[in-house]
Amino acid sequence: MSSHGIKDKVAIVGMGCTPFKEHWDKGVDDLLIDAASETFASAGLTKDDVDAYWLGTAQSGMSGVTLAAPLKLEGKPVTRVENYCASGSEALRQAAYAVASGAYDVAMAVGVEKVKDGGYQGLNAFPIPNDGTARSLTAAAMFSLIVPAYAERYGVDEDVLRRVLAGIAAKNHYNGARNPRAQFRREMDVDAICNAPPVAGRLGVFDCAGVADGSAAAIVVRAEDAHRYTDKPLYIKALSFVAGNGSGVIDPNYDYTTFPEVAQCAADAYAQAGITDPRHQLAMAEVHDCFTPTELVLMEDLGFSERGQAWKDEDAGIFALEGELPVNPDGGLKSFGHPVGASGLRMHFENWLQLRGEAPDTRRILTTDGTAGRHLGLVHNLGGYPGEMVSFVSILGTELG
Amino acid sequence: MRGILAFAGYVPYHRLDRAAITAASGTDAGKGTRAVASYDEDTTTMATEAARLALRPLGDVGRSAPDALWFSTTAPAYVDKTNATVVHAALRLDPGVSALDMNGSVRSAIGALRAAWRGPDTVLVAAADIRTGLPTSADERDGGDAAAAVLVGEGTAEVPVLAELIGSSSLTEEFLDRWRTPGDVRSKQWEERFGETHYVPLGQQGWKLALDDAGIGAEQVSQVIVAGTHSRAVRQVATKVGAGTGGAAEDLAATVGNPGAAQPMLLLAHALERSQPGDVVALVVLADGAEVFLFRVTDALATHVPARPVGAQVVAGRDDLRYLQFLSWNGMVTIEPPRRPEPARASASAAARNEAWKFGFVASRDRSTGTVHMPPARISYQGGALDDMEPVPMADAFGTIVTFTVDRLAYSPSPPIVFAVVDFDPPTEGRLPVELTDLDAADVAIGQRVELTFRRLNRSDGIQNYFWKAKPLRDDT
Repeated sequence: MSSHGIKDKVAIVGMGCTPFKEHWDKGVDDLLIDAASETFASAGLTKDDVDAYWLGTAQSGMSGVTLAAPLKLEGKPVTRVENYCASGSEALRQAAYAVASGAYDVAMAVGVEKVKDGGYQGLNAFPIPNDGTARSLTAAAMFSLIVPAYAERYGVDEDVLRRVLAGIAAKNHYNGARNPRAQFRREMDVDAICNAPPVAGRLGVFDCAGVADGSAAAIVVRAEDAHRYTDKPLYIKALSFVAGNGSGVIDPNYDYTTFPEVAQCAADAYAQAGITDPRHQLAMAEVHDCFTPTELVLMEDLGFSERGQAWKDEDAGIFALEGELPVNPDGGLKSFGHPVGASGLRMHFENWLQLRGEAPDTRRILTTDGTAGRHLGLVHNLGGYPGEMVSFVSILGTELG
Repeated sequence: MRGILAFAGYVPYHRLDRAAITAASGTDAGKGTRAVASYDEDTTTMATEAARLALRPLGDVGRSAPDALWFSTTAPAYVDKTNATVVHAALRLDPGVSALDMNGSVRSAIGALRAAWRGPDTVLVAAADIRTGLPTSADERDGGDAAAAVLVGEGTAEVPVLAELIGSSSLTEEFLDRWRTPGDVRSKQWEERFGETHYVPLGQQGWKLALDDAGIGAEQVSQVIVAGTHSRAVRQVATKVGAGTGGAAEDLAATVGNPGAAQPMLLLAHALERSQPGDVVALVVLADGAEVFLFRVTDALATHVPARPVGAQVVAGRDDLRYLQFLSWNGMVTIEPPRRPEPARASASAAARNEAWKFGFVASRDRSTGTVHMPPARISYQGGALDDMEPVPMADAFGTIVTFTVDRLAYSPSPPIVFAVVDFDPPTEGRLPVELTDLDAADVAIGQRVELTFRRLNRSDGIQNYFWKAKPLRDDT
């Protein structure tokens, strides 16, 4: 895969993020207005100062009108994008490229999802007419296939692995308990997570991300213009995206212990950003922990752990808030729930806070401290499931070069 | 010579132990079990399974043997629309093979067999039934769900006659013994004695006519099958006409129950599987008249290896079905559905475009690399060749479970869904994540061998959504 990247050409100069929760009293319009207003204020801009908009939503609205109508935009280009659960990140990617191309000076990416108006628990995809032969499995079931496969490939006892996975959930709940925007703000211990009612395979309720409504947004400008809007811009070092072709589902060589789309996507992003040792160069990572085994495998596909070692690294606390490489310091999908179109931008929002030193002390990462402090963060956002997924990776940094 | 060229019965995996009815109702439902179509089976899928089993011993010739496919049931999945066309598609028969429904009455199945015999064509006659009755009724207790298929035609060196028809008779009479209003879940019956007074003489008369037609005496008959939904009349006729013969054939009442329209051919298949060359098997059907067939088994039967004998299927059943589950599968009670959106209806145009895949389970194989694509694709994921695929029928392939999961959240008419990643055997190979059926979630294991079975995934807006699932291969050799 080859890409030139847009390292240091575009900067995020303002961000906003609503609380993620069951917003029974807010509709899509309210969530969009809240996130956008916070973001405009963050950058010191008005809606008229933004030249073009991208809206990421999986199924909470169609076309740019979904954003233009509630914000009452006047004569602005608005593009609605959808790329599974990475729709929010996709909106940012498009907005950044638009600025990098020179087409616009100021662009905004907004992500939103109003999930809780559906009347059912969980995420339910909009039905596209088909021949009736498509798999009807839930995402939980597809990701649950990782557990026995990983245990077998690396000779890990499934009961040991079960507790490691619970440890991932416990870690993210620990972080989320310290985040006022998170949906679930209670710490969970490993035993309680292990004993939760089963959902699919060996996964219980607490191995699964919750479901919430929410919205988040970012404003991007050319890097050289960034200091007009903020003293602390967040430079985009890399943007990478891979849409899998679904062959993993039917390829007898696929073994459900890795997401090739993610590994490819990460390699491209690291090449763009010039990263060779992500575990020690990154200050933090926000990753797509839709299910606990997903985060486990991501640690290996993103190059944070050697193959077959992520379960030991998770167990050793490497990815804890105070660990060597904090992963999901905001609490992740686990604590936030997953408003599909908003999650990717929510992940960027935590990088925005942490890397710029604005995260509250209760969940502040330590890797940025001191003269040897790191200044790069990563966002990983995926959609789909093992064998058939889309993957997004971005690298963000507070310094040029 | 015209005769039976292939035959098979299909008995679904599940059984209701009649003791479960007794336990639930307090009234003695007697001993034994009845066969129960699973929640994902209907008469069309069961007829398909019986037809597949019947044609399998014929190998590659099987699919090209029939000129026509006639399907008969009292419980069709559709009216207006032909059900036999679904069976036709699942068997991957040529468009020139005429598929027709002969549905409605219990008698229609034996009528289809009769008509097949009278014409010049090679006809695959398939019958299936799901017998429902109100809770604690005799029909619920004594009925059964099953299917059978018989291929009738001129024998050839490749496809020899296994049993020839040496005599028959057909008597028709109008009298009201048993009836069901279309759409009703139950049948009704006039006072039992009344039907008996008609059926017993009809059976005896038909028997004599058939023996005369064959020019044989009762002593030359090896076993007598008496089928029909009037159980007292059936017993009496069996006693009367069976006298002086080799005896009554096994009626499967204690295991399968009476599968209505499918009963005559199911019992015939079972009897033929237990016959020797030269035997004469009599089939007497009491249904709005009497139909009698006398078959003589040929030498070819000695070398005939059934794909899966009825007796083996009877033994392989699982008899721990809970009574409430039986009632809910039959639509007698509505249990709380999963709190998930119900599936959308399958698109008619998409289904028609993908008929070979959806109904026939035909994958595609890249000619340059041999890589199998399920569903079929135009561009290979190995090497990327465009439009260089050949169709690969996969319905008869066996496979092995690589990994699996139990999904307690997904919508299913009978949760939880058990899903497995299946790798199919060489030489074809290929992988598909596929729903499993006919097994308990606790019994799935990596390495388990599976075969494919034609099922109804769900139903929406009255549209039956048919596709294939995998089920454990219980007699792997």
